[in-house]
Amino acid sequence: MKTDVVVIGAGAVGCAIARELSKYELDITVVEKNEDIGGDASKSNSAIIHTGYDASPGSLESELVVAANPMYDKIVRDLDVHFEPVGAILPAITDEQLEQLPAIKDKAMRNRVYDVEYLTREDVLRMEPEINPEVRAALYIPRESIIDPFVLVQAYAENAYANGVHFLLSTKVTDIRTGDGCVQSVITTGGEIETKWVINAAALYCDEIAGMVGKRCYDVVPRRGQFYILDKNTSCKVKHIVLPIPTKTTKGRLMCPTVHGNMLIGPTAEDLDDKSATETTADGLESIRIDVEKLVPRVNWRDAITQYSGLRPNRVPEGLHVDTYEDLNGYINLSGVRSTGLTLSVAMGKYVAQLMISLGMNAPFKKNFVEKRKGITRFADLSVEQQASLIEKQPLYGNIVCRCETVTEQEILDAIHRPLGARSVDAVKRRVRAGTGRCQAGFCTPKVIEILARELKMPASEIMKNEKGSYYVVGDMR
Amino acid sequence: MQKITCDVLVIGAGPAGLAASIAAKQEGAEKVLIVERDESIGGILQQCIHPGFGLSYFEEELTGPEYYARFADKALELGVEVLLNTMVLDIGDTGVVCMSSKDGLSIIEAGSVVLAMGCRERTRFQLTIPGSRPSGVFTAGTAQRLMNRENAMVGRRVVILGSGDIGMIMARRITLEGAEVIAVVELNDYLAGLTRNKVQCLDDFEIPLLMKHTVTDIKGKKRVESVTVCEVDAENIPIPETAVEYPCDTLLLSVGLIPENELTHKAEIEISPITNGPVVNQYMQTSREDVFACGNVVHVNDLVDNVSLESERAGQCAAKYALGRLKKAEDVIQVQPGRNVRYICPQEIVNSGDGGEINLYFRVTSPEEKVRILVKTGDKVIVQKRALRVNPGEMEHIRFDAKEITSPDLTVEVMKEAI
Ligand SMILES: Cc1cc2nc3c(=O)[nH]c(=O)nc-3n(C[C@H](O)[C@H](O)[C@H](O)COP(=O)(O)OP(=O)(O)OC[C@H]3O[C@@H](n4cnc5c(N)ncnc54)[C@H](O)[C@@H]3O)c2cc1C
Ligand SMILES: Cc1cc2nc3c(=O)[nH]c(=O)nc-3n(C[C@H](O)[C@H](O)[C@H](O)COP(=O)(O)OP(=O)(O)OC[C@H]3O[C@@H](n4cnc5c(N)ncnc54)[C@H](O)[C@@H]3O)c2cc1C
Repeated sequence: MKTDVVVIGAGAVGCAIARELSKYELDITVVEKNEDIGGDASKSNSAIIHTGYDASPGSLESELVVAANPMYDKIVRDLDVHFEPVGAILPAITDEQLEQLPAIKDKAMRNRVYDVEYLTREDVLRMEPEINPEVRAALYIPRESIIDPFVLVQAYAENAYANGVHFLLSTKVTDIRTGDGCVQSVITTGGEIETKWVINAAALYCDEIAGMVGKRCYDVVPRRGQFYILDKNTSCKVKHIVLPIPTKTTKGRLMCPTVHGNMLIGPTAEDLDDKSATETTADGLESIRIDVEKLVPRVNWRDAITQYSGLRPNRVPEGLHVDTYEDLNGYINLSGVRSTGLTLSVAMGKYVAQLMISLGMNAPFKKNFVEKRKGITRFADLSVEQQASLIEKQPLYGNIVCRCETVTEQEILDAIHRPLGARSVDAVKRRVRAGTGRCQAGFCTPKVIEILARELKMPASEIMKNEKGSYYVVGDMR
Repeated sequence: MQKITCDVLVIGAGPAGLAASIAAKQEGAEKVLIVERDESIGGILQQCIHPGFGLSYFEEELTGPEYYARFADKALELGVEVLLNTMVLDIGDTGVVCMSSKDGLSIIEAGSVVLAMGCRERTRFQLTIPGSRPSGVFTAGTAQRLMNRENAMVGRRVVILGSGDIGMIMARRITLEGAEVIAVVELNDYLAGLTRNKVQCLDDFEIPLLMKHTVTDIKGKKRVESVTVCEVDAENIPIPETAVEYPCDTLLLSVGLIPENELTHKAEIEISPITNGPVVNQYMQTSREDVFACGNVVHVNDLVDNVSLESERAGQCAAKYALGRLKKAEDVIQVQPGRNVRYICPQEIVNSGDGGEINLYFRVTSPEEKVRILVKTGDKVIVQKRALRVNPGEMEHIRFDAKEITSPDLTVEVMKEAI
């Protein structure tokens, strides 16, 4: 196989880069080890589009996050992604915290986030009645926003695909061949790909990829974050992102709504050495409960519907880096895309494209670039009249498969049959939310397995939760 | 959008909905319609192919399908209409919205509505069991559905958490299929389900039951590889030193059921924080006077026989309401849970003055032996009965005539017998 650009990793960053590069006359191949697009960290995070108010001023991370935030207004329209600029509140509960507010505001200014404002105690309690009544004052950061992180990555990928990008899924990069000071090819579990450019967006594993070209000058130490998700109907909800004031040792745990109206609470920050340790722990979850109750005392933990965790690709030594090498043309190494990668993905696409141009990439701009992507019609969000006319046109909209989130059979078919479609139960879930409600797929799992088996013409025993080996049924009964 | 009218609309064609529809017909309602989202009637009983149903209602032992078939036959004979593959989306003020792929959206105008939507199962996440999140963790009812309705086997080496009835029944089912049940693990020192299920499903098959134990960790990246089981202390906190890791490919959860009240919630009908079902009076009438409720949507029953009785009352009263014959709920008395009573259903009694039989169903908070169950109006005892043993897993029942009520304070309590 031959291509111009290999992007390693189909997470938020890899897919955003592929989409940006697909604006040029380039042959692009994204290589992803997982069975689905969507990444690792990119599917288990806080789902916040940050402003960069607390970044390290002058850093590349500050530059990219601050640039990225305003780009979301357009990108979510073009790519049909659910996004809500709900704003963040940073309450000072103790005197000590109150004293820290000016420094935080000052840092925001140095990051060019100028719209941060003080709130009085009365303002805070009016805007967010569930905040600890002992609150003294707060900072308000209006452009901190929430997004559907799964659909964001799917949208980048689907739009890239529509613009000719190839995706090789379930394909792992095992080596990179270099010669004459240039990258030559990428060796994968699916064969060798000759290429001019290699972009390492492998996040947790970016150190190993760098090692393949002899450029491993750092390690990735996974930093786990555990979360709670609460039922939409929980008794105590917030409307904003409620952020704790960081201490010297921790950034603390936040509480915010998701775009679908659930409450998201977390994350922890635990440095580990296992890059697959995405389990939750009793201690981690307890620490979240203790912390968040200081901010929002009435949180109702009995309304928890799930817990999960993700691994931040934390770089040691720290910092976000995009590296190129004089002795290795065509190789671009991203590392330290740790806690803001979802946000900065869109800016990273632009940054990498510009970097390639500065390094001599001179492919012309595509004339027929498809800018827009249409998402899966979400039946539950429509008016009764729209629903009625939709069922008339397509009767499978009348079959509800997931009762908690009101997901219809037609939406599941769309998830399976669209480009880069779902092949597993989790992949269906991330596209249309079947199984994300309060019964956590107890009701719809048998049906989703049945639909996948039918549509993909496979026996039920070959339908996986996600990766190979994660089967549900061991076979027929008799 | 098509418009349908009826006298009594029943949501759900499980045993509750079927019994309610029959009673409504018998009370004189002309058009009784059941809306059911499944492709067939019977509700959860369709997957309960084991015997154990009907012992008190029919005084014979039936399987789940045999039990509901009797009601289904009767309902059809009486002319109850059923819309299958149709899901109710909303109980609005102007009508009930439902949808199917065949007829699209419809609006049903009904004289009264009976909620009979059943319940759903609690999940590992509601218990906050930490660990990895592989495939192979099923609620017992989902596994039961896969095995009994989809003909799909769920695993080979199984640990079951929770001694609920479904879990114990599934332990036997899985053993009969040739797979191994390593243990049934129960947090409390009493059984969550019926004693008879322990005898018939666990003891007879020599399946170990570990009381005062719980699952503290789940391991496995793709499929479950093992679960860790710990003994718990008096406060039900796991004791780490007692941890044992059991290799297995499946964890089944039978850790409780929750009434399915999405619709009830949306309709702003008052919901009890204890039962998680609507608050009802002896007519099974909810806080919205044209809406009645019965079966597992009100409170989780262990015996379908009780569901049938309670649902007949709901259907009868819903028909009376639709026909303008049900007295307005005016002088309402709250039934108060007293000593060792967790909840009572119905929670309210309409004191119409002209009497009538009152059936109170309730659960105790903790197991106790040699007790006396009392219903008091003020300080006066209306009825009392003795029980050798009471258990939170087994619902209790007591009956009296409403004429006996002389005070606004009505209490049910469980007292230790003086020795
Ligand atoms: C707990 C937590 C909370 C967070 N909260 C936020 C937030 O609120 N806002 C925000 O902006 N960011 C947040 N982040 C950060 C953000 O999630 C990450 O920075 C971002 O998702 C990284 O994207 P990525 O594409 O680089 O990595 P990933 O999503 O991890 O994708 C990398 C991909 O590379 C693939 N890959 C790796 N090695 C190979 C190989 N050898 N061959 C083929 N493919 C390979 C992997 O399979 C994976 O799919 C959070 C992160 C965590 C963990
Ligand atoms: C797995 C299991 C095993 C059991 N074993 C025994 C036993 O051995 N012996 C015994 O006596 N009892 C047993 N029981 C108890 C007994 O079966 C139940 O108490 C009884 O089935 C409850 O009846 P129901 O009609 O309230 O609920 P269900 O049987 O659950 O029926 C509810 C119906 O409503 C429908 N519905 C829900 N929402 C909607 C909507 N929005 N629109 C349209 N339709 C809707 C559902 O599809 C379903 O068909 C068992 C229960 C379970 C769950």
